[in-house]
Amino acid sequence: MTGYIAVFKRDLRRYVRFKDQLFTSMLHPILWLSLFGLGMAGNFERILDSGTAPAGMIPYQYLTFMCPGMIAATILFSNLYGGFSLLFDKNWGILREIMASPMPRRDLIIGISLSSITKSFIQTGIIIIFGAVLGVTFFTGAYLPGLIISLAGMALFVAVFSAAVLCVSLYVAFRTTSPEGYQGVTTILSMPVFFASNSLYPTAGLPPLLQEVALINPLTHLTNGLRYFSLGDHFSALGLEFSFTGTEILISFIYLLVFAGISFFLALRAVEGAVIT
Amino acid sequence: MESDIILDVSGFSYAYGELQAVRDVSFQVRRGEFFSFLGPNGAGKTTVINTLITLLPLQEGVVSVAGYDLRQDRVRVRESIGIVFQQITLDKDMTVRETLDFHGDLYRMDRDQKIDRISELLRLVELGEKADALVSTLSGGMKRRLEIARGLMTRPRILFLDEPTIGLDPQTRQKTWEYLRAVNQEGTTIFMTTHYMDEADILSDSIALIDHGTIITRGSPEALKSGLGKDVIHLETGEMGRATEVILGISGILSVQPADGKLMIISGTDGARILPGIIRAADDAGIDVRSVSLKKPSMDDVFLHYTGREIRD
Repeated sequence: MTGYIAVFKRDLRRYVRFKDQLFTSMLHPILWLSLFGLGMAGNFERILDSGTAPAGMIPYQYLTFMCPGMIAATILFSNLYGGFSLLFDKNWGILREIMASPMPRRDLIIGISLSSITKSFIQTGIIIIFGAVLGVTFFTGAYLPGLIISLAGMALFVAVFSAAVLCVSLYVAFRTTSPEGYQGVTTILSMPVFFASNSLYPTAGLPPLLQEVALINPLTHLTNGLRYFSLGDHFSALGLEFSFTGTEILISFIYLLVFAGISFFLALRAVEGAVIT
Repeated sequence: MESDIILDVSGFSYAYGELQAVRDVSFQVRRGEFFSFLGPNGAGKTTVINTLITLLPLQEGVVSVAGYDLRQDRVRVRESIGIVFQQITLDKDMTVRETLDFHGDLYRMDRDQKIDRISELLRLVELGEKADALVSTLSGGMKRRLEIARGLMTRPRILFLDEPTIGLDPQTRQKTWEYLRAVNQEGTTIFMTTHYMDEADILSDSIALIDHGTIITRGSPEALKSGLGKDVIHLETGEMGRATEVILGISGILSVQPADGKLMIISGTDGARILPGIIRAADDAGIDVRSVSLKKPSMDDVFLHYTGREIRD
């Protein structure tokens, strides 16, 4: 069996075996959506009174507008902390065994990435289903073929983004020595990525500098992709008009691919340069 | 016909920055041999073993492991060896069987091979009943046995063990020794580091004594011990200097040296016959002898003789 499949299997086995990890990873997005999502939705709706949609566009409630952003944020946070198990392996676990084995280092990263993509799919599915329960109206008017294309598109964006963020996390795990250091770095990374993006609110309301940051923020591109596939290419929400062209979405996807390529390369370099004794 | 030398190390040195941990070490291990690196903690044993198993880079020297050059053929070296690390290196959340299976995957063993080998090894280390238990439920000795089994999973040419019985209780140590002896008798070459004299003495075909990063002496346990002399007498006195002079004058005495607060006297003839003479001579010279003991040379004495101190943790 190829090395990365072994690593993938081991990681997923732990995920399923220990119900606490499985359970919390599922509960996490549900809490986001029901606490933050409903709370914010109530406020936005009250302030903006979103009933004034321009003609010819689908008007979305804030909760529905925010839901793809919620998926994006959930994927961001779970993968940003996804390197933690490797930090544990490195300090107290079997990374020594892996490093002394003939398995190529890239298989380690590929294997962990694959399992984190799988976990991200599960979380995305939960948000879509639970969102529907709360009144999120995804895929309006789509029939089966359209639905399949939409889900496939979302899956592609989620997969590339989660692998990319996970590699950043692995890089940090290899370059820091203590759990505290690791946590500090990932927390600091998460703040600008999360807030200087369009996941919770339109970037139009941000200060100009943060708008620039949001433009190059991978989370923005993920959220755009997810909105495109779940809400359509032309809609309104919060009294604003949103439209995406296929080309824009393709560029966002390529942007994420490049981001993933760079972070994979960095993680690989960190693993290959690591001395574990 | 391949060479009889399975591990060939020459001119090996290693430094951590300014700190020279190992200095110009050379040795060879023959196929099928049980070879031990014996020395106190901090002597450089773990540095040597970690380099040989590719966890540390080879800084200086020429090393061939199982016929592969350690500098050029690192992947081939990795494929040819088995390792038992000093610290427990197990995923406590995997079962015994999964641990071995995962290891087989890292080395690209195929399914049938893995299944056969796992049942064979679980029998060898007597963990068959624990096959589906989580590692976290195993005792310290069982974990060690599992690690030994894992080290043997790929039928390595050499099994490397770094302090295999550290932290184990006496009974479990005995048991671990039995497994290691069985493994060696099945034909696996073993390279072990230890700071336990008895362990090296009982198990090894050949021992290299290492201290301060250099090999002090090497040979079979028998040769090392009998090389010292016939008997060893430890004598406690307040006047070490004068006593040394007096005792050296007695015929049959090979050497007298201070060792760990006592005098270590090595006798070339039967110590029981020479002991009364020592006591008498000391008495005549007015030297106060507080205690005296006589025994066959042990590995401790070998180490004491060469370094002037005992191995301690």
